[in-house]
Amino acid sequence: MATLVLDRVTKRYGDFHAVREVSLGVADGEFVVLLGPSGCGKTTTLRMIAGFIAPTAGAIALGGRDVTALPPWKRNAGLVFQSYALFPHLSVAENVAFGLEMRKLAKAEVAPRVAEALKLVRLGHLAERLPRQLSGGQQQRVALARALAIRPDVLLLDEPLSNLDAKLRLEVRIEIRELQRQLGLTTVMVTHDQEEALTMADRLVVMNEGAVRQIGTQRDLYERPTDRFVAGFVGRSAFLSGRIEAPGRFRTAGGIALRCAGAVLGDAVLALRPERLEIAGAPIAGVDNDVSGVVEFVSYLGAAIDVHVRLTPQDRVVVQIANRAGGFVPEIGAEVHLGWSAEAAMAFADDGQAKS
Amino acid sequence: MLDAAAGLSLGFILLPLVFVTWLAFFKQEIPSFPPEGYTLRWFAAILDNRKFVDGFLLSAQVGAVATLIGVSLAVPAALCVARFRFAGREALNSFLLLPLAVPGVVLGTSIYVYQVAIENRFDFDVLGTLWSLVAAHIIIVIPWCMRLVSASLAGFDRAVEEAAYSLGAGPWTAFFRVTLPMIRPGVVAGCLFGFVTSFGNLEMSLFLVGPGRTTLPIAILQYLEWKIDPVIAAVSVLQIVLVGGAMLITDRFVKISRVV
Repeated sequence: MATLVLDRVTKRYGDFHAVREVSLGVADGEFVVLLGPSGCGKTTTLRMIAGFIAPTAGAIALGGRDVTALPPWKRNAGLVFQSYALFPHLSVAENVAFGLEMRKLAKAEVAPRVAEALKLVRLGHLAERLPRQLSGGQQQRVALARALAIRPDVLLLDEPLSNLDAKLRLEVRIEIRELQRQLGLTTVMVTHDQEEALTMADRLVVMNEGAVRQIGTQRDLYERPTDRFVAGFVGRSAFLSGRIEAPGRFRTAGGIALRCAGAVLGDAVLALRPERLEIAGAPIAGVDNDVSGVVEFVSYLGAAIDVHVRLTPQDRVVVQIANRAGGFVPEIGAEVHLGWSAEAAMAFADDGQAKS
Repeated sequence: MLDAAAGLSLGFILLPLVFVTWLAFFKQEIPSFPPEGYTLRWFAAILDNRKFVDGFLLSAQVGAVATLIGVSLAVPAALCVARFRFAGREALNSFLLLPLAVPGVVLGTSIYVYQVAIENRFDFDVLGTLWSLVAAHIIIVIPWCMRLVSASLAGFDRAVEEAAYSLGAGPWTAFFRVTLPMIRPGVVAGCLFGFVTSFGNLEMSLFLVGPGRTTLPIAILQYLEWKIDPVIAAVSVLQIVLVGGAMLITDRFVKISRVV
């Protein structure tokens, strides 16, 4: 295993920037997830690390070695694809042995390493099967064993769970994470699934429109998103648009004055975490902000209940309340009070994106 | 209703084959119904006829060589058309399938004229040589290989090749160890259909064979010009058995119905 460093990696197709100056350092044994909506450049970034796409500019180093100009077959990166991409004409054991044969290992060495890799994914008993005789989950584990058998410097996972059904996805997710920890694999995974990213990663890289928006741990991204996109993409946020009139003072489009953190003056959006808002039938004491509104809509989600509240005709927020026995659940049309502390509201410069 | 229609079509296709096969065993020399008895001597007579034996060997030889060269050209061409987006890609694809649509006589005439021109220009023997025949047959083999290899490339998951690259296989190794085995059904079926087409070709070959160098279909035609007896039927039966056998054997290894 080794470190991976991306230095201002850029990919342009004509005038289109697929990836824009992405810099990233992945520590030895670290699990980093590239997260973003489709078309954000995360897959292109992964394919550049793998060597399938040549960067227009920038450099990629693997284990201290500059691999920018190396073809994929000289990079020693283990890949797992969304479509499994097993060799359909070879048995499970032959699939796993493929990379070792390419490395010209002696036959006597290959067999134990194949067995070892298959044991890691608990598929030793299926070594003689053909891929098509396996279930999707088993196929993906074979693909993982095949990638691990070559003892790669970095493990690259391209949406590895997207083709699996929901239940299996949770299982394989845990299995990959445990193996990754146990073997100390430097790993980069691409996904558009926020929950998957949050549960698996040591650190996340949030990308949008080809650029990195923020790099950090789950907590960093959730508690301290650096911009409006991250606040909307990681976890949920309710956005109020308006202006920051003075440091710490925000006025919504509907004219409500609120206290907030953040000091950018001018047009701004205020991001509120739905589960950080208090809701009550009467004014709330001891909070920085207390506003009233009318309940427009209530959705019952089981563990939680979403309450959509209209503060003014221009300002709407959603409040998530935990579904506790005897807890307060307002009716549609009821007048309610919302309260939150100044730190719970994050103000960002308005980047002109639609409300999410 | 559909079953009946299918049965009718099948009967319509098979009836001539049934009659030819039946005829091959008739005892009397002039084919007429009903048969006076049955014999195997017409099959033995084939071997006594040098023209049939030589024709068979030449057809097999030309077919094999043309198929080998044809498929070696068609596989890269099919890969190219399937993989790359370039100007004239569609045109190239249609062009490589075109020989299927051109009548054999037209093809034969044009190649004949072309070879005459080359002979005059460069002053060496082309017409009537084995290689002129092979060259012409490559043209009719390519469309079959092209079509069937293209069919097996449709839906090919390129991630599988990328997996091979990431595991350390260079482009050539990945092609021979991964891509080729995966498109094998198309390649084998393409070879089979190409070979059969070449083996049975009459119209085009007529223009290109040299003296003393006849393919089997031409030998049959020439024989028919002089006499009609069950030997012809016997030769036909042998061809049917050969082609049918080749198909059955091929189908055991690759499901032809999956690519055709």
